[in-house]
Amino acid sequence: MIEGISIYEILTLTTILFFVGVYGFLTRKNLISILISIEMILNASVVNFVVINKYLYPDMLQGVLFSIFIIAVAAAETALAVAIIINLYRQISSVEVKDTEVMKY
Amino acid sequence: MDFNSFILMRHEMLLLAIILILVVAEVFTPLHKKTSIVHLSVFLFGIHTAVGFLTIEYGSLFGGMFHTTALIQFFKNVLNIGVLILLLQSADWIQEKIIQENRGVEFFMLLFSSLLGMYFMISSGDFLMFYLGLELSVLPVAALAAYETSKRISSESGIKLILSSALASGTILFGISMLYAMSGSIYFNDITNLTATSNLSILGLVLFFSGLGFKISLVPFHFWTADVYEGAPISIASYLSVISKGAAIFIMMILLFTVLKPLMQIWENLIYVIAVATMFIGNLFALRQQNMKRFLAFSSIAQAGFVLLGLIIGNRLGTATIVYFVLIYIFSNLAAFGVVQAISLKTGKENIKDYEGLYRTNPNLSLVMMLALFSLAGIPPVAGFFGKFFLFTAAASEGYYFLVFLGVFNVTISLYYYLLVVRAMFLRTSDNAIPYFKTKLYMRMGLLITVVGILILGIYSPLYDYIYELSKIIY
Repeated sequence: MIEGISIYEILTLTTILFFVGVYGFLTRKNLISILISIEMILNASVVNFVVINKYLYPDMLQGVLFSIFIIAVAAAETALAVAIIINLYRQISSVEVKDTEVMKY
Repeated sequence: MDFNSFILMRHEMLLLAIILILVVAEVFTPLHKKTSIVHLSVFLFGIHTAVGFLTIEYGSLFGGMFHTTALIQFFKNVLNIGVLILLLQSADWIQEKIIQENRGVEFFMLLFSSLLGMYFMISSGDFLMFYLGLELSVLPVAALAAYETSKRISSESGIKLILSSALASGTILFGISMLYAMSGSIYFNDITNLTATSNLSILGLVLFFSGLGFKISLVPFHFWTADVYEGAPISIASYLSVISKGAAIFIMMILLFTVLKPLMQIWENLIYVIAVATMFIGNLFALRQQNMKRFLAFSSIAQAGFVLLGLIIGNRLGTATIVYFVLIYIFSNLAAFGVVQAISLKTGKENIKDYEGLYRTNPNLSLVMMLALFSLAGIPPVAGFFGKFFLFTAAASEGYYFLVFLGVFNVTISLYYYLLVVRAMFLRTSDNAIPYFKTKLYMRMGLLITVVGILILGIYSPLYDYIYELSKIIY
């Protein structure tokens, strides 16, 4: 609990963070920036879980525990994505989205 | 909790043991005998599939995080059969291409890890287990899609799969956090106070549904499907279209029918719109495809649209018809992908045009392909007809007549493009048709099992009664 800040402000913040992430995912031209956008989406949910747990259901730790797992899995996901991006970079020497459009429609 | 209760996790334990055995076997196999890994994997997985059919008691573990019922056990067996067929079909490809680069055992480890994730996902009892299972089932497949590291389109399909599935799981998580805020618990049993009048639960439902829609490739979220299928190795494309999709449909069905049941009047409308869009867009885009893999990708999107017809009614009949349809769909789609794989491995050709005159040179393969496509389209003597028929009956039993009409209309569209391939194989002649070749033993076994499945499953009616009996308790 943070003094003077209600749950509404924090949930508004995380919702904005989530949709900024979705917007970034759809518009960025660089694969690494897309990964950053995904991190924003995941972190929005992490904050959501912690805040909901702390403000609404402080007697159980389910939300906090869930957030720890999300952080760990997100790291694995990013590692795999970066590995594939590096492999792609070896072949086309670029991480731009427009260079990875061999297959379409 | 005593040690005996771990026997409830028999499927998971056995599969984990197989993965560990493969690691050890890899270390002790000399370099020139690496192909024996393939035989060992197929053999071990065959045993695993057979053992899965032994009946045991059902219950839950870890304070309700993990639970099994008769229906879940049955569905795990269905997934096992699918993976076994897929292993048989891809064994030749692994022996010829992957073993040469000394990366054989990793393929099996990743594939089995993904299957392990699906087990945990479909028998999860809370959202944490569900999420972990989901991630474990997706991440190895993304690595497998990018497995042919020397091919550019393979990497491209891998990056497309990992990015879109990461977005999907982010969306699912945000939805779960909303549901958690409503109910104060992540355990399915404790989530009780969701109501259709509260905006927070509706938002949670919609985000959750769209995240799962990515995995099943329903229409607004289907853009990754065709690209990933085209670029990935064929066995992985068929894994994604059959096993992955089947497991995701199953868990979606369980969650909608139990946990999210109070919101039924919301998700009914949602599914109605998405079912119509999925059937139409999947079918119309399939019409213009030239590449077999893209063609099957759009056909699998359309099939997912048909499954939603069973999902919309939300009762026991829906459960039984969905499981029955998925079982038949696994056999039909694996047969189609198996033929594509056999031809692609031998000649490298994947376009529909290359299939012209196939019947004159390779009559057996063309017959398998024809049966598979008839089953996908739903032509009476083969199994696919009964799967679709039951789905339509289920939707009609709750009064969705217009939706059923649209479904039947779409079956007609789909018949056209499935028959295009059949026409290319049987009626067209071509100067440079694919020459006659003999498939290897594993591939023949894999195709034979699918053909037997397609022919028998529809006619053998006790099967449907058995599934209907099992779906008494879905949770």
